[in-house]
Amino acid sequence: MSKKYLFDNPKNIKILLTFLFGSCLVLVIINFFVHKHAHFSWEEWSGFYAAYGFVACVGLVLAAKFILRKIVKRSEDYYD
Amino acid sequence: MINVIPPGLIFIIGAFFVPLLKGRVQSVYLLLLPVLSFVNLIFIPEGTHGVISFLDYQIIFCRIDRLSLVWGYIFHIIAFLTILYGINMKKDNEFMAGLFYAGCAIGAVFSGDLISLFCFWEMMTIGSVLLIWARKTRKSINAGFRYALVHFFGGVILLVGIILYSYENGSIEFGYIGLNGLGSYFIFFGFGVNCAWPFLHSWLTDAYPESTILGTVFLSAFTTKTAVYVLARSFPGTEALIWIGTLMTAFPIFFAVIENDLRRVLSYSLINQVGFMVVGIGIGTELSINGTAAHAFAHILYKSLLFMSMGAVMYRTGKINATDLGGLYRTMPLTCIFCIVGAASISAFPLFSGFVSKSMVMSAAADKHLIITWFTLVFASAGVFHHSGIKIPFFAFFGHDSGIRTKEAPLNMLIAMGIAAALCIFIGAFPATLYSILPFPVDYVPYTMSHVISQLQLLMFSALAFTLLYLSAIYPSEIRALNVDADWLYRKGARGFLWLLENPLAWFGNQVKTTVFVTIPQAFVWFSRNPLMALKVAGNNMAIALFEESFTKEKVERIRTRIAEVLTDYPGDAIRYSHVGTTVIWVMGFLLAYLIIYIVSGRIAL
Repeated sequence: MSKKYLFDNPKNIKILLTFLFGSCLVLVIINFFVHKHAHFSWEEWSGFYAAYGFVACVGLVLAAKFILRKIVKRSEDYYD
Repeated sequence: MINVIPPGLIFIIGAFFVPLLKGRVQSVYLLLLPVLSFVNLIFIPEGTHGVISFLDYQIIFCRIDRLSLVWGYIFHIIAFLTILYGINMKKDNEFMAGLFYAGCAIGAVFSGDLISLFCFWEMMTIGSVLLIWARKTRKSINAGFRYALVHFFGGVILLVGIILYSYENGSIEFGYIGLNGLGSYFIFFGFGVNCAWPFLHSWLTDAYPESTILGTVFLSAFTTKTAVYVLARSFPGTEALIWIGTLMTAFPIFFAVIENDLRRVLSYSLINQVGFMVVGIGIGTELSINGTAAHAFAHILYKSLLFMSMGAVMYRTGKINATDLGGLYRTMPLTCIFCIVGAASISAFPLFSGFVSKSMVMSAAADKHLIITWFTLVFASAGVFHHSGIKIPFFAFFGHDSGIRTKEAPLNMLIAMGIAAALCIFIGAFPATLYSILPFPVDYVPYTMSHVISQLQLLMFSALAFTLLYLSAIYPSEIRALNVDADWLYRKGARGFLWLLENPLAWFGNQVKTTVFVTIPQAFVWFSRNPLMALKVAGNNMAIALFEESFTKEKVERIRTRIAEVLTDYPGDAIRYSHVGTTVIWVMGFLLAYLIIYIVSGRIAL
């Protein structure tokens, strides 16, 4: 039963998280060295996409959890 | 004259032979059908074939051009993969319905006139309803009925539009329509129902998750994408579509975040992805129409792949709610990997198919400086990664350990998913192949340093947001619950409507019925038994009512008694006046009435 799988070992989760945080950091650093050809002026700001992605997702989750769920959540037999 | 086999016909006719075959022969037959149909398709030269005259109209079953071919190719590929995916389940009825449905979708794509388009359109609804009912649960049967009602409603609107349009233009040719004239608005709306526009979308999220494992994979590919095709054909450059599409990309992701049924999460993200295509149609430039076609092609593959992987999970565990699943990577590693490939494709990671197709639409939006649309599309790209890219694989295969230890998916499912996954990666890594079949020449370059970096930033920081929210337990935990959507309007609204029918309206109807069919006829019957006596009673009554004051008491009393006597032995003996004078009075009355009518009608006519 107690076969050990990949993520049963906390060390592997730590490696994965480190990889995620590391790649975020690398992407921000690379950002300064890449010439951008952009349609909009704000696309040229360093880290625009990073910031927008992060803010959008946090906003999405908070809005879904605290606003939408309050409005639309019903019990599973609501329509029965 | 028909000189070719119309594409789709092989599926439609082939479907009816499925139950006659058994075992291995049936499997081979099922897999050969799409291959045969595909070979037939590629040997038909571009142009218009299969024209027959019907009344005064030209029915065109086979219009092959670069736009219809994109959909034709992908529909064949996905039909083959879906059949391969389900071949072990031996469900004759599902294969029949699925083949019929796929054939009708292909038929609709290649029809060159509005009449045959409409016929295929409606037959598609029948096929898809049968796929939903194939689950045979009470929920699926009810959902199937709702699906049918919504689609037949849309079909009637479309039919009204086609009739008006052909009357206005004297032609039933299916080409560019554009929004002008009443008929075109009806057609536009009819297409929109199948395209799952906001507020018309809930048939999709309501019914798809209720279908069978195989049925949902079939359903996810055809209906909405056929609608995208007909919109791209007939309404390119219609500005309303930009806004409709923008809304479609944004609102479903909020629902997807809080949804528990993972196939329903995928249904919401399906609407979100179709939104990108609709925006592309609305912009209407060569780049954006190419983007729509490319995205439809890529989307059908990865969306089917995701539905297949969730279907495999359902097949092995019997469960599909995020609350019941988790930790399945341990025992279904290959399904997990294929699911992640699908997730990476829908999220548009570089080297996966979504990256090379979705960005064409976004570039086209930026070219036109559609700022609000552009911001929404970028938001939706982050959002779709969030719920389809992360949530689906995470809650099914990782997350909390549900303790379920099962077997890997059956071999044929793995092969089907493997091919779909390979195609997703192939399109992403070598986009030139896909670009070469698009309707217009492509000079779009997806792999620029700045595009790759900005897309990676968007996605990795979305992942970072998910991770931080999850670790800090702010991420909404999965709850066994139902989220109401626009279908509330007709699911609860219908009950309100029924209440209205059963109570106030039924009471009113009864009153009308008794008055018209009981009270009034009875009065007439009573009157006609002895009209003169009845008139006399009425006269007496009136006399009392009017002149009671001036009569003496005795006289009033006498009249009352007489009325009472008359009424007790009513109808009594008929009173007959036979005086000539009476007749003359009647004749004069009629002449007078005739004179009045003559004068009045003369005045009106003048």
